[in-house]
Amino acid sequence: MRVAGVLYVLVAVFALCVPLLGIYPVFMMKLLCFAMFACAYNLLLGFSGMLSFGHAAFFGSSAYATAWLATAHGWGAVPAILAGMAVSAILGLVIGAIAIRRRGIYFAMITLALAQLTYFVCLEAPFTGGENGLQGVPRGTLFGLLQLNSDVAMYYLVLAAFVAVFLFVRRVVHSPFGQVLKAIRDNEPRAISLGYDVNRYRLVAFVLSATLAGLAGSLKALVLGFASLSDVLQANSGEVILMTLLGGTGTFFGPVVGAAIVVTLQEYLSDMVGGWVTVIIGAVFIACVLAFRRGIIGELAALHARRSDATSLDR
Amino acid sequence: MTEIFGIPVAVILGQLMLGLVNGSFYAMLSLGLAVIFGLMGIVNFAHGAFYALGAFAALLGLQWFGVNYWAALVLAPLAVGLVGVAVERLLLRRLYGLDPLYGLLLTFGLALVIEGSLHQFFGASGQSYPVPRALQGVFNLGFMILPIYRAWVIAVSIAVCFGTWFVIERTRLGGTLRAATENAPLLQAFGVNVPLLVVATYGGGVALAALAGVLSAPVLLVTSGMGSSLVIVVFAVVVIGGMGSILGAIISGLALGIVEGFTKVIYPEASNVVVFVVMALVLIVRPAGLFGRE
Repeated sequence: MRVAGVLYVLVAVFALCVPLLGIYPVFMMKLLCFAMFACAYNLLLGFSGMLSFGHAAFFGSSAYATAWLATAHGWGAVPAILAGMAVSAILGLVIGAIAIRRRGIYFAMITLALAQLTYFVCLEAPFTGGENGLQGVPRGTLFGLLQLNSDVAMYYLVLAAFVAVFLFVRRVVHSPFGQVLKAIRDNEPRAISLGYDVNRYRLVAFVLSATLAGLAGSLKALVLGFASLSDVLQANSGEVILMTLLGGTGTFFGPVVGAAIVVTLQEYLSDMVGGWVTVIIGAVFIACVLAFRRGIIGELAALHARRSDATSLDR
Repeated sequence: MTEIFGIPVAVILGQLMLGLVNGSFYAMLSLGLAVIFGLMGIVNFAHGAFYALGAFAALLGLQWFGVNYWAALVLAPLAVGLVGVAVERLLLRRLYGLDPLYGLLLTFGLALVIEGSLHQFFGASGQSYPVPRALQGVFNLGFMILPIYRAWVIAVSIAVCFGTWFVIERTRLGGTLRAATENAPLLQAFGVNVPLLVVATYGGGVALAALAGVLSAPVLLVTSGMGSSLVIVVFAVVVIGGMGSILGAIISGLALGIVEGFTKVIYPEASNVVVFVVMALVLIVRPAGLFGRE
């Protein structure tokens, strides 16, 4: 436990000092947005046991809503983000209500299909800019006080949002609600026989996850200044699964580690190998499923648990 | 009567024909998915990638070795089926007994690898495959003009689909296959080589996807991404039909192709999404799918 505490402090100090260290802040912000996305996704896959193959729909629709409100209607950062989250929450409610009627792989296929539907809506709707997406999204100001055009100010806003999401997911998982979710994940028939309205719990978890994914998408639109079809694309849904899986599903830090690895890979590999990135991502996926299904953090935790078991036996 | 709601009948019939062509591809792909899922419990996300691989095999066979269409119709599915056999032996067999979601994730990664490689080698722009000489030209039916190749695609795929259905439902081999789906360990105790059956099924399902790819090459452009959006539509078809039923997969594939073609006439903007809307409606009314048991 003490090791974990020290790690937390080190990561926190590093995160706070990023603007001083000369790391490209836009890259760090992008990384944090995807870390948020992966944490939101982990709430669903890791703690509720539902594999959604369509989370790009929530990330993207919220990015589009925020971008559209900020460009066409001049909304400020906070109201535009909140509106984006509201859009993804409503979409999450609709898609979730249909998808939770089935379990397992069917659930995955249904979310995938409905996300594809969302993709086509974004492609053809009159205000989304079609193939070009929405570009030149202004970051605006925070409550009219702080100019977010400065990368440093924007970085701290994104960092604050990330910490909030991270702590929120932790809080939810440790709450009685989260315990019921885990019970449903581990043994659904027993949860039903104990009298829990399983579908309501699943739906609430789905909507929560969609809303947080929306927050990540909105912030990404403001940070990079655009919302585009790549946000709603199936590939984006796949990447968030990979981030969560690679880092470790059902661990708190796993999705963050996974997001950091995948975003860094994409950023630096695409310079070196160009279009082969997709192939590499696919290969990492296969390796992950075959060799370490618990993910990096999950395997480390298992290793640590085995070690401490061994030492307690020694005594 | 040459117009319905101000739309010429010939146009409507033409779109329905196109819809039926697409529906034949849906039917062949969802049939393969259903058989693979039934026996192995794996949702083969790479099905679209194998479909593209089939089309590329035909195209490259023609360009590099001068293999004609008729030979490609046999050779391309055979080659891609062998790739499927290798995939099952090397990768998928390690996942048996685990949560079926891992199979979905692994084949998703596989699809990325295959489609990404095709994209790197052959670029993003599509290449066209010539219609074989014997199938060029049109039938003039009087009320509409029917390109011969389209009629050929529909005829072949219906024959293949019902042939597969017949083998599975009416022959001894099919009976063994269905027994393995029901209870594999018991069948193995009776001395049937179940692992061989599994690898043959996966290879066969994949070859079916490749055959659809060869058939589609002369009507659609051959591109690296031709299967990636198709596989999502096929998933929706499978959800609508219910994965347990082979006949259900065939019928819903054809029917949804027609529905899609019809939507193109009435409200073209919705033609890309109509299958997904139908899927949502079916899930609300009958969560197990139209032909599913649960």
